[in-house]
Amino acid sequence: MGKTIAEKILSQKSGKDAKAGDIVIADLDFVMGQDGTSPLAIKAFAEMRATKVFDPARVAMVIDHSSPSPLEGVSELHRQMRVFADKQGINFYDIGDGVCHQLMPEQGHIIPGDLVIGADSHTCTYGAINAFSTGVGSTDLAAGLIAGKLWFKVPEAFKFVLNGILPAGVFSKDLILYLIGDVTADGATYMAAEYGGEAIDALSVEQRFTISNMAIEMGAKCGLMEADEKTVNWVKAHSQKEFATVKADDDAIYARVKEYDVSTLEPQVAKPHTVDNVSPVSQVAGTPIQQGVIGTCTNGRIEDLRIAAGILKGRKIDRHTRLIVAPASRQVMLQAMREGLLEIFVEAGAAVVTPGCGPCVGTHNGVPSDGENVISTANRNFKGRMGNNKAFIYLGSPATVAASVLFGKITDPREFVK
Amino acid sequence: MELKGRVHKFGDDINTDYIISGRHKFKTLDMKELAKHVMEDLDPDFYAKVAKGDFIVGGRNFGCGSSREQAPLAIINADISAVVAKSFARIFYRNCINTGLPVIECDTDQIDEGDELQIDLQAGVLHNRTKGIDIKIAPLPSVMLQILSEGGLIEHFKKYGTFNFN
Ligand code: SF4
Repeated sequence: MGKTIAEKILSQKSGKDAKAGDIVIADLDFVMGQDGTSPLAIKAFAEMRATKVFDPARVAMVIDHSSPSPLEGVSELHRQMRVFADKQGINFYDIGDGVCHQLMPEQGHIIPGDLVIGADSHTCTYGAINAFSTGVGSTDLAAGLIAGKLWFKVPEAFKFVLNGILPAGVFSKDLILYLIGDVTADGATYMAAEYGGEAIDALSVEQRFTISNMAIEMGAKCGLMEADEKTVNWVKAHSQKEFATVKADDDAIYARVKEYDVSTLEPQVAKPHTVDNVSPVSQVAGTPIQQGVIGTCTNGRIEDLRIAAGILKGRKIDRHTRLIVAPASRQVMLQAMREGLLEIFVEAGAAVVTPGCGPCVGTHNGVPSDGENVISTANRNFKGRMGNNKAFIYLGSPATVAASVLFGKITDPREFVK
Repeated sequence: MELKGRVHKFGDDINTDYIISGRHKFKTLDMKELAKHVMEDLDPDFYAKVAKGDFIVGGRNFGCGSSREQAPLAIINADISAVVAKSFARIFYRNCINTGLPVIECDTDQIDEGDELQIDLQAGVLHNRTKGIDIKIAPLPSVMLQILSEGGLIEHFKKYGTFNFN
């Protein structure tokens, strides 16, 4: 009987013939933590009476969520991470280096076929390069740091077959928002999402990351894609490690399969306060907006910045609207600088902030006031997410956000995208 | 393990930002302090209302969102003895087991705000004393039951130094 990508990776890493529903203990290729979760993991590590991580080269910690620190309490937690990282000799990324989910693949830590845990729910992002990567909490992170393994329940798989090519002005963000709206926030709970088809093949690897990133927003454990030539070339450009890609068997068994034709898809917007509350942009166009955000692990990559800059070039944002741009990493920021994109943002009236999570999670960097509407390229619009439970968050593509801040209201970006 | 207490009822899709907001969780590792803010965005008086041993009861997809373990830890430190819901988001579910907070999957339509519950985890039965009915609960996989009965994953590692399931 055939296997899904998830079953194959978990079989390889556990040395068992793993099938959906089995519980396995599997070897981890990489273990990651960020500043919201690592301090608790460091505490658990000590309480578990451990002294050394299993392999420093396979561990990274990232300061990205509150970066740079806005408060002395946070500064103390950051200090604890720096001390731990120095002592253990692990990979460490400090303020300004970027968002963890951009850094892990960009810095070559993750390759196809890997089994990865990260103490952050959007660790599912690396599924776009054919890695089984999943989010865990701090105690699982501590256990992974010590043992280099973790127990997993092998997930059933939900296959999304995406036919057709996305029209101009419609991006992978619109596609994943549409899918989440369709299957709902718990449509793939406990399952591995697998995305494939012509529409995925046509996307760049950068655009694919956006889709895998949001697998968790449908409840999925990971958001896997098969590796094609684009994947292989992208990974080779970022990592020196040798790898073998993993393909699902033709007779693999899926718990669910859904097919879509994406060729007439409109830009999509998630409305407050849940990610699955999705409408085509035409239904929400005109909604007033006081703040726009371009960045995050979902859409802060160089291609995203190029798309937004293409719309903002030579224009000014609306006088009553703010725009915050947070490049996903130092490298992305440097590249954007070289291409003149940052100049376009700043001239248009944006505030460009430190590479990292930016205002995504409400710790600093742009907390909205009561009653304000924000449109963001992030992946979550929960009440209170950006630090104020009386604000309203809409989610869209970088193009939709850029077009919307120009007019101070939600705007269909298609007329601005050639 | 037998648990007894009153119900605080919530709806579907209770996410981890609601359980403990990011604006609190990044500041400190003091879970007693974080506990004061549990569920505050949904019910500002929640912490004040809870008596030791009470239950949080939700609908579908409880605990969706981030991987923050501060969510179950803040619930534990607010003296809640278990979370009962129709279904759970998987990272939250794992985090509860790892931190020693019982999570109970069952039909919650017949459980209302203020009801008194008695739960026997081993027997797999939830008794709604207010309504005089028994509700069947989904059994936990053995690995999870072991971690939970040992008091969480930290205790498991203290004992064995690594994963050791019987
Ligand atoms: S950018 Fe937002 S969603 Fe992504 S890791 Fe940071 S806080 Fe989480």
